Amino acid sequence: MGGWLLPRLAGLYGTRGWLALGLFGAAMLVLVPVLHLAVPAGSALHVSGYTVALVGKIMCYAMVALAMDLIWGYAGILSLGHGVFFALGGYAMGMYLMRMIGTEGQSQSTLPDFMVFLDWKELPWYWAGTDMLWYALLLVVLVPGLLAFVFGWFAFRSRIKGVYFSIITQAMTFAFMLLFFRNETGFGGNNGFTDFKRIAGFALADPYTRAGLFALTAAVLMLALLACRFIVTSKLGRVLMAIRDGESRLMFCGYNPLGYKLFAWTFSAVLCGIAGALYVPQVGIINPSEMSPGNSIEIAIWAAVGGRGTLIGPLLGAAIVNGAKSWFTVAVPEYWLYFLGLLFIGVTLFMPAGVVGLMRQVKARLK
Amino acid sequence: MTTRYFLQRLFLLLLAAALSGPAAAVVPELVGQLASGDSDARIAAIARIAASGDPSAVPLLQALSDGLVQAGGGMVFIVKDGSALDAATGRAVVPIPPNLEEVVVNNRIRGELASAIAALQLGSADREMRLAAVQALQGNPDETLLPLVQRALAKESDAEVKGLLLLTQAAIQLGSKDPAARLAAVKALATSSDPGTKTMLLPLLEKRGGDYAEPDPAVRAEAQRTLAALERTLATGEQVGRIFSGISLGSILLLAALGLAITYGLMGVINMAHGELIMIGAYSTYLVQNLFRAWLPDSFDWYLVCAVPASFAAAALVGMLMERSVIRFLYGRPLETLLATWGISLILMQTVRTLFGAQNVAVENPLWMSGGVQLLSNVVLPYNRIVIIGFAFGVLLAVWLLLTRTRLGLFVRAVTQNRTMAGCVGVPTGRVDMWAFGLGSGIAGLAGCALSQIGNVGPDLGQSYIVDSFMVVVLGGVGQLAGTVVAGLGLGVANKFLEPWAGAVLAKIFVLIFIIVFIQKRPQGLFALKGRTVEA
Repeated sequence: MGGWLLPRLAGLYGTRGWLALGLFGAAMLVLVPVLHLAVPAGSALHVSGYTVALVGKIMCYAMVALAMDLIWGYAGILSLGHGVFFALGGYAMGMYLMRMIGTEGQSQSTLPDFMVFLDWKELPWYWAGTDMLWYALLLVVLVPGLLAFVFGWFAFRSRIKGVYFSIITQAMTFAFMLLFFRNETGFGGNNGFTDFKRIAGFALADPYTRAGLFALTAAVLMLALLACRFIVTSKLGRVLMAIRDGESRLMFCGYNPLGYKLFAWTFSAVLCGIAGALYVPQVGIINPSEMSPGNSIEIAIWAAVGGRGTLIGPLLGAAIVNGAKSWFTVAVPEYWLYFLGLLFIGVTLFMPAGVVGLMRQVKARLK
Repeated sequence: MTTRYFLQRLFLLLLAAALSGPAAAVVPELVGQLASGDSDARIAAIARIAASGDPSAVPLLQALSDGLVQAGGGMVFIVKDGSALDAATGRAVVPIPPNLEEVVVNNRIRGELASAIAALQLGSADREMRLAAVQALQGNPDETLLPLVQRALAKESDAEVKGLLLLTQAAIQLGSKDPAARLAAVKALATSSDPGTKTMLLPLLEKRGGDYAEPDPAVRAEAQRTLAALERTLATGEQVGRIFSGISLGSILLLAALGLAITYGLMGVINMAHGELIMIGAYSTYLVQNLFRAWLPDSFDWYLVCAVPASFAAAALVGMLMERSVIRFLYGRPLETLLATWGISLILMQTVRTLFGAQNVAVENPLWMSGGVQLLSNVVLPYNRIVIIGFAFGVLLAVWLLLTRTRLGLFVRAVTQNRTMAGCVGVPTGRVDMWAFGLGSGIAGLAGCALSQIGNVGPDLGQSYIVDSFMVVVLGGVGQLAGTVVAGLGLGVANKFLEPWAGAVLAKIFVLIFIIVFIQKRPQGLFALKGRTVEA
């Protein structure tokens, strides 16, 4: 390793930042799994399977919010189609899990059940090789990445920006949703993929597997945070912010924004894909509703609630909004949409800097 | 005696009747024969009555078929609901004579009766009755009925009944033994564009055990020609139908996008709640409909006259409220506007769900909007679709006039072009924003009123139109009414033409992909304003 890298990495966060990250890591990687597995169910310290699944799910969402922040908070590009990348990653992983069911499905065929019901005799070509984990993981990264690259290349090259870009990303996710809803496209139609049994030989119902997936998600989330932090503190990050604040001026300075935007956009999509792949084995289902335009807009509100352009904010935002969602949908389901709607309005009107901005304000007031 | 003998006799009788012109009303002697005597005699009587072509005999035949005819003492009565009518004179007989016996009708006679009734009804003055009669005859092409059909054909003036009569005549003649008659029948069929003719002609060209079903090559050739012509007519009809449904879909897209063209195109506000404003318009229509049903059931057919302004007002009010309370604080920040209006749309949707329930509500078409125009045999243009196309263009005209011919329109255009400058010369920009937003929202309400007439009305109504209407505005070019019109109609027709080829969902996906690619090439849309300033 070059002599510059370690100091650079160490400088990503200050002492307190690293401390916080270390605490989070210790809690998620060690404490929660131990409390879940080793402490008996009756104990007050026991962490239930429900909590593990919920927090694991929220961490996946947090990764998506992080990806959204990179592209929206830093480069000023609001995507209303990030749900597609998330779902594509999920579908690649989902197919691997479907293949791992083997002959234990209802139809007792090596083909996934839904294909048997459609009377298909063999796997479509695009699913070939998905019974190998490494190849499925490759797809998780490549498919969203490639789609984002091609889409972004066309869009950014013709300088589509602002709301235009938002609207065509929305059209993209809508088109994909319609496509995946079809039965004959080989994506399982309405029901998507579900009834998974095992991953890499471990039974998914086993608490140890669940704890392992949970810890893996936490680790990947922390790595993603550091990677994003690395990007935004680099010169590339400064160019991204310049694109956000004044693209024309940046161009007059002699920069071509295409490459920068494309990189941030593609990287963001890949992050979403990875989040989707971690989400599917923990939640146990992936279906086309993940691609509905509404879902993708919700991602934007996670980032906005936490505070755009802060990286840490969107993580908090995803946790706050989804925590509220799981409370509302159990306690008072009919009020959830009111709450979410008011959140959209309130955050844009009164809290443009989100929770993190609010905390900064409070801190400044106290000084 | 064989049936064949009787059919021949019947045919001769009918022929004689047809040649001798209308006979007298039900002759008492025939009535007697109907009630007594053996089956053959009775069938002969039925045939004679049918040949008379007198519709006044229908009740008697119908009563016979229904088993209501009783006989006794040399007289025949129709006994119904405890009273008796003399079948020959039609006069009531009080009291009911004793010792009556029911006249039993077997299946053979019942069949004859049905044909005879239909044949007699052909002479009825009531168009609906003639239509029903000829439809009944069509399913049972019996050669004995030919003279009757021909006679009815000569008298018939209604186009639809006449067309069916021609078909029936051809169907009867196709079964004839005379090749010349069959040839004439095939030629007659050529003038009909009814899809049913195809099923009549196709069997002629089939091979049965090495031989054609139709032995005469001339008839076969003619049938081949007729079939080809028929296929052409049907294909034309299909194209016409497709263009019509394309224009219909396009006019709906146009209505949905027109309001957006004002709020987004002219004012630069991304209103994600536009779909919910459409929904509010649809629910206002539903409310007005219910009010009319409860208070003015007599004028229910005209509830739309009230529903149109009501839906405009309701949506415009909600829109203006939105503008004053949220959107005006976000001018110049389009991405934030997008998120805030999305929040508003969620709240509106949930409010409607709380008020009216999550289920779809029923909005009825007024009577004058149901039914349709039969353009070709396989093309029916529903009235409600036609009305909506007209309505869309009416709204378009009104919006155009408003924007180009009124003071408000002038102000709206001024603020669109240069807000600061307009403010400097005294245009109250804040108030203009409010009115323009109200106008755009009101038009969304009108779209909802129109949609309620052809589709489901539910809380999710708006969601399905929001992506489409944005596509129309973006494709047409921001700030351009003409672009919105071309894009709306173009997308509608393109969608309908892709549908049979690729299926509804794939067609939609293709259209979306096309728009995405198109915007790459022409980010300003179809009709771009020339010389627009570069964004900051």
